Amino acid sequence: MALDIAKYRRRRLRSTITVALCWAASALGLTILGVILATLLYKGIAGFGPKVFTEMTPPPGSDGGLLNAIAGSLVMTIAGVIVGTPIGILAGTYLAEYGRYSKVSSVIRFINDILLSAPSIVTGLFVYELLVRPMGHFSAFAGAAALAVLVIPTVVRTTENMLLLVPNQLREASSALGLPQSLVIRKVAYKAARAGMITGVLLAVARVSGETAPLLFTALNNQFWSTNLNAPMASLPVVIFQYALSPYEDWQRLAWTGALLITAAVLTLSIAARWLSSSRTQQ
Amino acid sequence: MAFLADANSQATAAAAARRKVLEGLRTTDVFFRGLTVSSAYFVLILLGAIFASLVVGGYLAFATFGFRFLTTEVWNPVTEQFGALAPIYGTIVTSLIAMLVAVPISIGIAVFLTELCPMGLRRPIGIAIELLAGVPSIIYGIWGLFFFAPVIQRYVQPELIAAFKNVPVLNQLFAGPPYGIGILTSALILAMMVLPFITAVCRDVFETVPPVLKEAAYGMGWTTREVVRNVVIPYTRVGIIGGVMLGLGRALGETMAVTFVIGNAHRISGSILAPGTTISATIANEFTEAVGDVYTSSLIALGLILFFITFIVLALARLMLMRIEKKAGA
Repeated sequence: MALDIAKYRRRRLRSTITVALCWAASALGLTILGVILATLLYKGIAGFGPKVFTEMTPPPGSDGGLLNAIAGSLVMTIAGVIVGTPIGILAGTYLAEYGRYSKVSSVIRFINDILLSAPSIVTGLFVYELLVRPMGHFSAFAGAAALAVLVIPTVVRTTENMLLLVPNQLREASSALGLPQSLVIRKVAYKAARAGMITGVLLAVARVSGETAPLLFTALNNQFWSTNLNAPMASLPVVIFQYALSPYEDWQRLAWTGALLITAAVLTLSIAARWLSSSRTQQ
Repeated sequence: MAFLADANSQATAAAAARRKVLEGLRTTDVFFRGLTVSSAYFVLILLGAIFASLVVGGYLAFATFGFRFLTTEVWNPVTEQFGALAPIYGTIVTSLIAMLVAVPISIGIAVFLTELCPMGLRRPIGIAIELLAGVPSIIYGIWGLFFFAPVIQRYVQPELIAAFKNVPVLNQLFAGPPYGIGILTSALILAMMVLPFITAVCRDVFETVPPVLKEAAYGMGWTTREVVRNVVIPYTRVGIIGGVMLGLGRALGETMAVTFVIGNAHRISGSILAPGTTISATIANEFTEAVGDVYTSSLIALGLILFFITFIVLALARLMLMRIEKKAGA
């Protein structure tokens, strides 16, 4: 009996160690997030001021802001989302409504999931081959196209998931009233799944607004104010990349400020998206 | 009579109007269906087009260097000799080290979130970990370069070099001056980046374990460790592997964070403290500066190799996750 108690103590001890390690792992995860955010705040605040939003990116050694980069990011993100969202929503609709059980759908679902995690730099190469090389120059169009390619899989996934949550009775009831299927989808299923679908679009915006790799050789960069979609355009992530790796201190300071801005925007968006979907599911 | 005829014509007019509305509805029905079908196929076409464009773009490199492209280490823009071995090596080594670090921690966090955490804290901590996944990769890059790499250089690398100085094999692995940037630092940053993805998958699959199984095990007097080891993990093994592969797919393709801290040196070094390069970092660093068709084509060929590797890894991940989804649904 005494032996058993010793064994039991040993089991308890090993379990306690495992539990402690799990606590430590979680603490580590939270610490990483905390340290990253703290560094961003500490270094980013230093260069913060109204100038950031009112002046162009400067040449090294002089004062300036990030206005053209912020504007470029907004323009290309919005354009990419406007192009990518309808395609994503329609494809998601097919997967959830028309072709829910078809073979082709499972193939498309599978491919879409792969595109969702595929390296974004490959998207940049793809758009380079497709648009930049034939056009002969870098352009904001190409940048927006690359972002659209990243938007599509995200929106497809969330649209399908959200439509699958809509109870079938709703569809059956409206079909019984004689509504054609397209109206059932657009007037009933879309309405029921709206919050979730908006969440998906917000998550897609959050994802692409921080993307750098696909813009590097599609939209390139531009030191000046430009609204010409057919010309190279600055974007916040690419400017951060360029400035952070430069040897000039004032550029590096601007890079940190840009990093702070973009992180704040992306995290706000993803928290908003989460809040929207959770307030919806609680109803 | 006139009254009747009037009613009659009214009825036919109404019927005609109704037919017109129905026909309109039928047309929009067909049209909308066609739109959704073509959008769905667009996803397939997209994948095909990405593959095709990379093959076309990289063709010149494969035609010039043939199979040698995959097996040589030389990367010389001046003599236009390119081999992909160093970037492939760097990609695989950084991702593997990242997995070695991230997988145990992720499983630990997932166990914490599903078994140990007080109910009220589950959601906030879960969201905090998910936010880690939302931080853009360029932020990990700039943070890694200015904060993490100096810390590693000052406090970790000298210790590693000193600790393994007299141990054979390991002293090769941890050799050289502490640069700060390099393979190890990149791998650690990658580990932080894939951690939330693996955690999310593990947490989801852990939640598919039927409570009865766990309750029965606890009822027999098992400790938490024994329940996790002998019930939860065996039940969800396929899902965990799927999650790990998903993380691996992310790590292999990650660009910006690695570009900042890898050092961009085209050579294969035995030491993991040395600078190296990865496929994505090479493309990001050199593509806009590439002069000449062979150089550009070689970089696109690198992209093709990367896409191919990640495609296989991600496909395996999905297949495994689909298996556990079926199990949970049954």
